[in-house]
Amino acid sequence: MTSAASGKDSTAVTLDAVRRGEVSADDVRIHPQTLLHQARVAEAHANPQLAANFRRAAELALIPDEQVMAIYEALRPGRSTAADLAAIATDLDQRGAVINAALVREAADAYRARGLLR
Amino acid sequence: MTEQPIGRFRFMDAQRVNLDGFAVENPDLGLIAFNSPADPTPSLVVREGVVQEMDGRERKEFDLLDSFIADHGLDLGVASEAMSLDEVAYARMVVDPGVSRGEVVRLASGMTPAKLARCLAHLRPAELTLALTKCRARRTPSNQAHVTNRSDDPLLLAADAATAAAFGFREIETTVPVLGDAPSNAIAVSIGAAVGSPGILVQCSVEEALELQMGMRGLVSYAETVSLYGTEQIFIDGDDTPWSKAFLTSAYASRGIKMRVTSGGGAEALMGSAEGRSMFYLEARCVALARAIGAQGVQNGGIDSASVAGSVPGGVRSMMAENLMVMLRNLESCTGNDALMSESDVRRTSRTHPIFIGGTDFICSGFGSVQRYDNMFGPSQWNAEDIDDYLAMQRDWGVDGGLRTAQERDVAALRERAVAAVRAVYEALGLADFEDAWATQAIDAAGSKDVPNSDLMTPLNASRIIQDTRITMVDVIGALDEAGFEVEAQRLLDMLHARVSGDYLQTSAIFTEDLQVLSLVTDPNDYAGPGTGYMPTPERQREIDDIRQQKSVADLRREQSTYVDDGLVVIGSAAAGSDPRDVVIGVSPATGIAIGRTLCGLTVVEALDELLAGLEEEGCAGRIVRINDTIDLGLIGLTAARMSGSGIGIGLQAKGTALIHRRDLTPLANLELYSVAPSLTRASYRQLGINAGRHAKGATPEPERNPYSDEAIEARYHTTVVSLVAIERQLCRPGAAPEELGLSRSAT
Repeated sequence: MTSAASGKDSTAVTLDAVRRGEVSADDVRIHPQTLLHQARVAEAHANPQLAANFRRAAELALIPDEQVMAIYEALRPGRSTAADLAAIATDLDQRGAVINAALVREAADAYRARGLLR
Repeated sequence: MTEQPIGRFRFMDAQRVNLDGFAVENPDLGLIAFNSPADPTPSLVVREGVVQEMDGRERKEFDLLDSFIADHGLDLGVASEAMSLDEVAYARMVVDPGVSRGEVVRLASGMTPAKLARCLAHLRPAELTLALTKCRARRTPSNQAHVTNRSDDPLLLAADAATAAAFGFREIETTVPVLGDAPSNAIAVSIGAAVGSPGILVQCSVEEALELQMGMRGLVSYAETVSLYGTEQIFIDGDDTPWSKAFLTSAYASRGIKMRVTSGGGAEALMGSAEGRSMFYLEARCVALARAIGAQGVQNGGIDSASVAGSVPGGVRSMMAENLMVMLRNLESCTGNDALMSESDVRRTSRTHPIFIGGTDFICSGFGSVQRYDNMFGPSQWNAEDIDDYLAMQRDWGVDGGLRTAQERDVAALRERAVAAVRAVYEALGLADFEDAWATQAIDAAGSKDVPNSDLMTPLNASRIIQDTRITMVDVIGALDEAGFEVEAQRLLDMLHARVSGDYLQTSAIFTEDLQVLSLVTDPNDYAGPGTGYMPTPERQREIDDIRQQKSVADLRREQSTYVDDGLVVIGSAAAGSDPRDVVIGVSPATGIAIGRTLCGLTVVEALDELLAGLEEEGCAGRIVRINDTIDLGLIGLTAARMSGSGIGIGLQAKGTALIHRRDLTPLANLELYSVAPSLTRASYRQLGINAGRHAKGATPEPERNPYSDEAIEARYHTTVVSLVAIERQLCRPGAAPEELGLSRSAT
């Protein structure tokens, strides 16, 4: 029994609920706590990097699709200035997505060193 | 004038393997499998918890890959122990069943790319095979299918997805010849897969951003086309960096979607930027990076550049070693065997075989379950043309390659239902209307060439509407349910639940048909030598063994019984003849009782007719006598000869093998033997009758030659022969007297 991002229990997300038009996107979306649980499982199975991925994912789980896709686009080579990436990192920090913010800052440093900033 | 090669070499040059390209090893171009002179010597210098030097490069010289691997990919707590290990010593540990998978995985986590590459280069093919058996993450092997077609036909995609599921594939990958068709393909394949089986994972391979978007909307349930490359230049050319890929990896996980990355030896050489490194070393960087960014798995082993890797000495071995490297990084290994790497059936089988018998998480990262021409990834290493071969190989070796036999009537029903389901959903959501002829063709089709009524604009229009109206999988489920496909609607809803529970995000996850997750966590590989590790359950073993073509003696008996008629009747007990023109045709015990048809397809009566006609042409009179106390053809013929007034006898087994005998010869000697029964014809039996007649008259006929064939006659017929002989044996009664038979009517 797991709660979706909406808080609804997955056992409540039935075909009947679909028929009544009562299933929202958030009812079939993973909850950040579930991802943190999966991170602990990955850690216990000798893969701390997979665990780290799940922790980043937990931070992103409640950020809207468009914004997640926009951050991905900004991280591709030659797309962003140092300031763009700094702004994204700050925004992520403010949303509590501190691990992702650190990843973006680290990318900015690496891109500066390798000439990949816009 | 150029001198042409001698015939033997002209003949050899014309063989299919010589269509393949074979490259002279060239380290400068990256055309080298293992250990290029430019590969770095493994090294790792750590100060205050920070990597200062890795594989001969100082921190300030790190490229993007070095930086990400050094800062995220290595377990520095294990590093000094792992890096100081002797290469061969570690290679032995990888193979040794007495050293646990956990231990070799633990040590690998502290090894740099160059170190792990050096160690694994020591493994020989048989060692690699054993290492796959031991080191893959999931205990139960599985397989992945490609389902695509030239026209992105949604009905055919659904029918073929259901078919792939019926044959046992647990993941289905589709893609598009026309990018705009992607959303339609994703939905059609998802519906078809749900018709075929619960718990099938579906992906649609397209550009990274669109693939992610489709995943977010629930239109696919996993992703794979997240490419990594082993040099910085090619990585950037691929329009990504390790950081963007790490973020993308988390983006998928944040929506509860399984994802693996793609890499493969030879890609950098193919794109002209291998930096003089070996394919295996560059792949070692990709695999280390895959672990570093937190991906749960990798498809590698050449992949799109498999033919490049395959063109150099040791290249096929290096592709297999790539797969092992993924396992040692504790990741899901989807082991290539997808892009066709040779025009030769022998070479492509050789490339796959050790991986197939070793067993991996997914033997093929795309078995082309459709015909070669319909595979929009390009032809696969294995295709619809080869499904029965693959099933036979599973049965031959008793190994689980992830596939199972499907019965024709079941597949027909699934295809019909898949087509009906897609039609209903597309109509309900206003995506498309399909005419009946199109649907009928798609159900029956062996490929898109069999669906002339397919309309190319339909998937494009449907996709546009899916995108514009932001249709999600919940909408698809609602439409399916409303149209009466409640079972399939529930199966697709279950896949949405899967992304809420997140258990299939763990390494090497697949779903069983009852929706249990099998993964590194729930189904860990525990191989520790003979008698341990994965064994198919008795039920699964039956699926592997019971291919649809197999026949039992009972099947043969049933089949033969339809050819036994009242054409051959017992007249009475047989007596010796005295007429010098009398030639007895001795037939075996089951003739006309249980066996009515010979191996060449003639009925026994037809064969006897020809023999009698041949004797008659020579002015002899044939008599048919069933010899009931032996199944040995020589003895049957000799017995016949001894009863014959002329002293010449013909022996005929019901399966069609025949000979001419003479009363003064020993049983195993004979005058003429027609041994290749499957190749005999009416004319051969006629000739045999004529020759027997000539022998009876004291003339010396020219013996009939056995027909020549380069076909595997024995492979085709020997199993049948075993059954036919068993039937003969059951009817043979020692001491039973011979019976004279009559042909009640002529079959000619």
